[in-house]
Amino acid sequence: MTMEIKINDKTAQTDATTLKELVEELQLPANGVAIALDSKMVQRACWADTPLKEGANVIIIKAACGG
Amino acid sequence: MDKLIIAGREFNSRLFLGTGKFNNNALMAQAIEASGAEMVTVAMKRIELDDKQDDLLTHITQNSRLQLLPNTSGVRNAEEAIFAAQMSREAFGTNWLKLEIHPDPRYLLPDSTETLKATEQLVKMGFVVLPYCQADPTLCKQLEEVGAATVMPLAAPIGTNKGLLTKDFLRIIIEQSTVPVVIDAGIGAPSHAAEAMELGADCCLVNTAIAVAADPVQMAIAFKEAVIAGRRAYEAGLGVVSDYAEASSPLTAFLG
Repeated sequence: MTMEIKINDKTAQTDATTLKELVEELQLPANGVAIALDSKMVQRACWADTPLKEGANVIIIKAACGG
Repeated sequence: MDKLIIAGREFNSRLFLGTGKFNNNALMAQAIEASGAEMVTVAMKRIELDDKQDDLLTHITQNSRLQLLPNTSGVRNAEEAIFAAQMSREAFGTNWLKLEIHPDPRYLLPDSTETLKATEQLVKMGFVVLPYCQADPTLCKQLEEVGAATVMPLAAPIGTNKGLLTKDFLRIIIEQSTVPVVIDAGIGAPSHAAEAMELGADCCLVNTAIAVAADPVQMAIAFKEAVIAGRRAYEAGLGVVSDYAEASSPLTAFLG
């Protein structure tokens, strides 16, 4: 069932029910990303067991150039 | 020359490189290679879902000698820094961290109170913390006491290329520090880096001066050589500065 969540403050539609499914749906790279759900970082090992609910606030970061 | 050791890890180069402001990732990778640097900083950003840009990490992680140093750029206080640190440890798989908390976008000067608070907490959480900080000798001792792996006082505001504006304070910090002193920010020319190393700094972190050079690869080499020269001069022991002439040739016994 499609639901609405926020990814990096933008509204998005998803069919994923866990963070792992969301990562697969977004085709994120295997390394170099980190995810926070409702302002708490979720370790990669816990993605499969972390359910995604309607209105969830997801932050996804990756490497960038910087000094 | 002595080797640089930070948190038990040995570095063959006393030059750290930032990865910002290069025209492209391939050029950045060439400059890193030419510089001989073994520590490079990286930042974090929120992904954009339609962003198909070249992946930065593929250019850096191919080189196994490099230690990644993720920074916390963009955070405004200790609480945000701790969140960023947790995200960076997860994303990059390293507990090394360049802590930078600079809430003011105009001068990007680090917030000393929040930096000290965050350092103390992050060390307790197992991070190897390299805090970017004011050239404040008292603060640097406090950072050292709460477990910072280095101190990274600024020479001048980030990206200004102004050189060692804080030289007298850097000298005191170097004299008092028992952890490596990395001169960070404001180093705009190889001569500035050499000057910092001659003072006894353990290392220089350079980004803008190399990245925005007309030829970043050649500039990376110039910085590499300057850092080596400065360190060699420091270890060799510089002569005393005097207000009066001191003849280096015999003044008598010639021409009568």
